[in-house]
Amino acid sequence: MVEKKKSGYWLTHFGLILGVLFIFFPVWLTFVASTVTQDAIIQPPLPIIPGGEFFENYANALFRGAPEGYGARVPVMQMMINSAIMAIGITVGKIVISLLSAFAFVYFRFPFRNLCFWLIFITLMLPVEVRIVPTYEVVANLNLLNSYTGLIFPLIASATATFLFRQFFMTIPDEMVEAARMDGCSPMRFFIDILVPISKTNIAALFVILFIFGWNQYLWPLLMTTDPDMQTIVMAIDSMIPTGDDFAHWPTIMATAMLAMVPPVIIVVSMQKFFVKGLLESDK
Amino acid sequence: MEKRVFFKGWMLPAILVAPQLIISFIFFFYPSGQAIWNSLFLPDPFGLKTEFVGLDNFRFLLSDPYYLASFKTTIIFSTAVSVSSMAIGLYLAALADRLIKGAGVYQTLLIWPYAIAPAIAGVLWLFMFNGNIGLASYYLKALGYEWNHTLKGDQAMFLVILASSWGRISYNFLFFLAGLQAIPKSIIEAAAIDGASFWKRFGTIVIPLLSPITFFLLVVNIVYAFFDTFGVIHTITSGGPEQSTTILVYKVFSDGFVSQDLGSSAAQSVILLVLVGILTVIQFKYIERKVHY
Repeated sequence: MVEKKKSGYWLTHFGLILGVLFIFFPVWLTFVASTVTQDAIIQPPLPIIPGGEFFENYANALFRGAPEGYGARVPVMQMMINSAIMAIGITVGKIVISLLSAFAFVYFRFPFRNLCFWLIFITLMLPVEVRIVPTYEVVANLNLLNSYTGLIFPLIASATATFLFRQFFMTIPDEMVEAARMDGCSPMRFFIDILVPISKTNIAALFVILFIFGWNQYLWPLLMTTDPDMQTIVMAIDSMIPTGDDFAHWPTIMATAMLAMVPPVIIVVSMQKFFVKGLLESDK
Repeated sequence: MEKRVFFKGWMLPAILVAPQLIISFIFFFYPSGQAIWNSLFLPDPFGLKTEFVGLDNFRFLLSDPYYLASFKTTIIFSTAVSVSSMAIGLYLAALADRLIKGAGVYQTLLIWPYAIAPAIAGVLWLFMFNGNIGLASYYLKALGYEWNHTLKGDQAMFLVILASSWGRISYNFLFFLAGLQAIPKSIIEAAAIDGASFWKRFGTIVIPLLSPITFFLLVVNIVYAFFDTFGVIHTITSGGPEQSTTILVYKVFSDGFVSQDLGSSAAQSVILLVLVGILTVIQFKYIERKVHY
């Protein structure tokens, strides 16, 4: 380190703490709001320390739904299960098809290889939001509305993971394949016994990124699911927010918001090393 | 980049690529083709038949004041979100980079909002600025400032920018921190020995060395502001008041699903498609250059 002035040191911490407070504040308020009574919320200002209704509000949100007001009596337990299924489906689906196609692109020469590669490359460009209307029609025609398949598959069609694995496979020394072939190892055997195990960190890194991507999907489930039993928690919170002067039970809504945040935040914090790696590499 | 050693045969690789290609065709190429195709037609008001109109949908869009206003809104919104979240991200990264101990702790404390869905971020800020019960609007009122983002367009815009940037700081922070830590300390020390102050070093060494990552982040943040912020806008303002926060992707949704104006919505999709295409090409040009370093 170049400078070691005491004042600069404390100013650095002070600046960072300000940043941390700005990041935490809205979430803290939400947490507080999820632990107090409705009366404490509708008579502003909101207290700054949590109240005593934590268990009551979260039990309501999970199993019974809001006791009164706009969007009442919609428990979110099933929605969390749906979100988890969608997130894990997208994550696993993307990782599997990308591993397979990256393996084919790197370790084989086959007709139309470049064409296939470009076809997949192009899918990098277009987020689902842009082609939302025709994609909706496709899924409706396939009778996949209100189904996990319809929630998951359209979001698997993207090339980022394929590229990450392709890049990684290119760095694996050729001697590995030569040795495997010398020992009479079949391609699939090489893939399962050598390639997948040495890709473990990359798979973990992608898992974090894709899980967050999947869990946080909003527009697609919003259009896709009309059946309340198929809704995901992130999209469902929109239908709980009152418009205009509708009456709503805020503690339950804020508990729902917390529940929607907790799983992906836990994954990011507990798998931070992989998350950082995945983020820095997958977007390049 | 090609491998020297590879396996023989074409059946197996064909089977291996098939799942991804099939999914891409069903859920990507066919719908995208459909969007381009639909953009050339105008359905009658009852949806019974469609008429081929060529580029009329585009011509109409480009002279439609609402669409042009939405373009302007998108530019203001995405510039504000990108610049503010990058500035705060860089500021925090520069501070964290100064610490020998503790940078890791701050990293953990700062990056987790990446996991929060834009729609949920929207709900958090909406709650703070809610006209009846929000803490922020309560204190603003106490200070004599009337807050009502459901009526005032500029306040609505400010709120969606704030909510979108807030969730994006962690991403920019992480990339800037990685960029800063990749700068060799010897360069900084050499400048310090020559008597350059912190700000002098920051302006003449750090900023130029960060320029590739800054450019990359700019493109990625613009793409984020164009598309991923849909959830923020939908939860906070639904594009209002009076379309003042209707960004392009929100208009595709509201024209296509709410007003069922399919020809126009498809034409808007095609325009967005071209915009993303340009941004992607720029991004890849940058990556290729970086590989050559």
